[in-house]
Amino acid sequence: MDNHEKRQIIISGLGGQGVLFITRLLAEAAVMKGIPVLTSETHGMAQRGGNVVSHLKTGGYHSPLIRPRQGDLLLALDPNTAPLDSVFLKPEAIKAINSPSLHSTDSDRSTFYIDAVGGAQKSGSPKAANLVLLGFAVGVSQNMTPAKRLFCSMDDIRNVIHNRFSSDQKQSAQNIAALEIGAACAK
Amino acid sequence: MNERKLLLGNETIARGLLENGCRIVTSYPGTPASEILSAAAFFKNRYNLPVHVQWAVNEKIAFEIAYAGAISGLRCAVSMKQVGLNVASDPLMSASYMGTKGGFIVISADDPGPHSSQTEQDSRLMAMLAKIPVLDPDSPSTAKEMTGVAFALSEAFEIPVMIRPTTRICHARQDIEQHAFPESFQEPEFEKNPGRWAATPKFRFQLHRLLEEKLLKIALFEQTAPAMVNETRATKRSSRVIIASGVASAHAMEILQELGLFDSIPMYRVIQPYPLHSAFIDLILSTYEEILILEETTGVIETQFADRRRVKGRMSGHVPGAGELLPEIVENIIRKFTHLESLSVEKPSVPGKRPTLCAGCMHRAAFYAIKRAAPKAIYTGDIGCYTLGLNLNAVDTVLCMGASISQAAGFHHAFKQTKKRSPIIATIGDSTFFHSGVPALLDAVVQQVEFVLVILDNGTTAMTGNQPTPASGFGAFGEPLPHVDIESLVNGCGVAFCRTVNPYELKPTIALLKEAVQFCNGRGPAVVIAKGRCLLDKNPGPAPFTPVEVEITDECDECEYCTTHFECPALISGGEGRTMIDSVLCSGCGVCIEVCPKGAIVEKNTNPG
Ligand code: SF4
Ligand code: SF4
Repeated sequence: MDNHEKRQIIISGLGGQGVLFITRLLAEAAVMKGIPVLTSETHGMAQRGGNVVSHLKTGGYHSPLIRPRQGDLLLALDPNTAPLDSVFLKPEAIKAINSPSLHSTDSDRSTFYIDAVGGAQKSGSPKAANLVLLGFAVGVSQNMTPAKRLFCSMDDIRNVIHNRFSSDQKQSAQNIAALEIGAACAK
Repeated sequence: MNERKLLLGNETIARGLLENGCRIVTSYPGTPASEILSAAAFFKNRYNLPVHVQWAVNEKIAFEIAYAGAISGLRCAVSMKQVGLNVASDPLMSASYMGTKGGFIVISADDPGPHSSQTEQDSRLMAMLAKIPVLDPDSPSTAKEMTGVAFALSEAFEIPVMIRPTTRICHARQDIEQHAFPESFQEPEFEKNPGRWAATPKFRFQLHRLLEEKLLKIALFEQTAPAMVNETRATKRSSRVIIASGVASAHAMEILQELGLFDSIPMYRVIQPYPLHSAFIDLILSTYEEILILEETTGVIETQFADRRRVKGRMSGHVPGAGELLPEIVENIIRKFTHLESLSVEKPSVPGKRPTLCAGCMHRAAFYAIKRAAPKAIYTGDIGCYTLGLNLNAVDTVLCMGASISQAAGFHHAFKQTKKRSPIIATIGDSTFFHSGVPALLDAVVQQVEFVLVILDNGTTAMTGNQPTPASGFGAFGEPLPHVDIESLVNGCGVAFCRTVNPYELKPTIALLKEAVQFCNGRGPAVVIAKGRCLLDKNPGPAPFTPVEVEITDECDECEYCTTHFECPALISGGEGRTMIDSVLCSGCGVCIEVCPKGAIVEKNTNPG
């Protein structure tokens, strides 16, 4: 198994922000590439605006949950929970955080900020901040050394979206537009 | 090779049931079990399978429907969450005595944590109480395999079999191998045998004896025996052993590998925690000096070791007695057991966001009206999205499904002799009312309980993902069905005051609630049906309201009345002198216009500039 297939990813946000959706896109990208995948999701009461978090592990794990100091990547839709989520990350892990006030220029070498809500508005789907952040995270990861890169590329995510929305071209195009806006911010 | 697909744990269970020829699947929605039946409905519809799939009015009824199919020789299953099993415990206790003909699986999903439940109860204890075998999957893929094993076990011993997944299995997703659905299905055949299917107490004793014999044999059943996951020369020599079941065993496997202990500490994965295989108990006690048991949420495996002097688990205090066995907790238990240094994890205290009703939810408007109509009332609440009326101080009690009505009755009887009586207002959702509110309302009518019952009728079971109710007029896969009218049902219960109102119209709602409070004095229950639609409900139907665009004018001095007493998440007081509207969240219900005491919230187009 390639080393870059083994990844532990945390995706967090508030119920209603679409954490489950982008978790699923990433997981489907793994399945498409034949990489074993396990995720753990938040359902139920917390989905009504409370804190939700998904764990996603690719490349052959047994447990669906990530332990503290093991995560490789964080996608945070709510900047307020990023410190708590960071407990689950390795020191060198990459963090992609949605924040209206901080910009990529504020980043250290592993923390990257994007105004995903603003990006979603620009893309014409105001609720697609989740996809903007996903595009951004995938873009950021592509700029990394192979050892830190994600198991999938922008093309993989585009393919997953194409397949999922094969009967709804318009939705597919909107989703990809939001994704691209995020990816462009990573350049 | 068969295609691999990404499936949710619950979806794999449904897939497993149907691949194994299950003919009836029933359920009542409840997190974390809900998606089992939705997925079964999806597969049935998609592949045109001859399976009866239905949401039942409650878990007891769901159980009894599936069970009758099973005693007719069909493979059948019922699924629910752990507290739902409490509701279904009556038929469960009896069904274990009478047994089954066709394979019968009871799926009861536990919620250690708890994440979305009132309790952390361990359904495996219910299996012990009922004296039926229980299987404990450690991943979505094993959950799927277990459906086949469970049917085989159930048919071999003519006994109901429980599968007990936990939240981490139900809501894990994994790439799963798909198999074909069967080409042909069993035909039902009910062999009359009143001595068994309608046994009188005298025969029940016989059945009980038979059941005990079955259990002894099931404790020898090879297909479900515990297996060592890491047999090597070194693990064979160890004096220590780890025994684990459920997701705790998945955590433990991974941790042993990462700590480099996988080749030295033997680990057994228990598939069937009850009855624990008798030969296994003997083997463990005669081979190992130190025995660590990891299981959720009580010591079910542990308790079956008669000699527990060398056993470390939940009962011995080596494993915490409450809460989820998160992998970091499992890691430290294993570290301690193998004399490695423990790790400490400091989690920064970040103020979390509490859940709240959606922006524009009809329940928020209804609760606000209730508070305005009877500010000093005792508010008995119930289980659903509307439990979040808590945030608005409009829910004082939440016990279990349907208890809002019976607790209202209890408060009435407790206070009726006293001078300082306050009004009592119960809130219950439409689905919960059908589930177990109706008998409580009958009781209240007969006992002339003076209270107002507000049925929050949003036409769906919202909290668990918008499953239909008996009033919906359609079933699990959208098929048209007859529907029950709530108002007629309430009238049929003998309630003299029953009126329906649109809660988005605050003034008429407040007026009607005041009238209801007046009415119930000396006359018994008054019912108000607050009728609207869940905003997340994607089933066809009219829109709950015509959205308006609202804005906040200069009149706003950020008094925070709307954000504290109405608490719509789209209204944000950020301490900048003026409350803001989050236009992404706002659904345009317009209720806040009437809530603001200063008149600072207005509809945009009617107020140019
Ligand atoms: S899901 Fe429906 S019922 Fe639940 S809070 Fe949202 S709008 Fe209200
Ligand atoms: S109109 Fe007012 S109450 Fe309704 S969703 Fe928008 S902000 Fe909330």
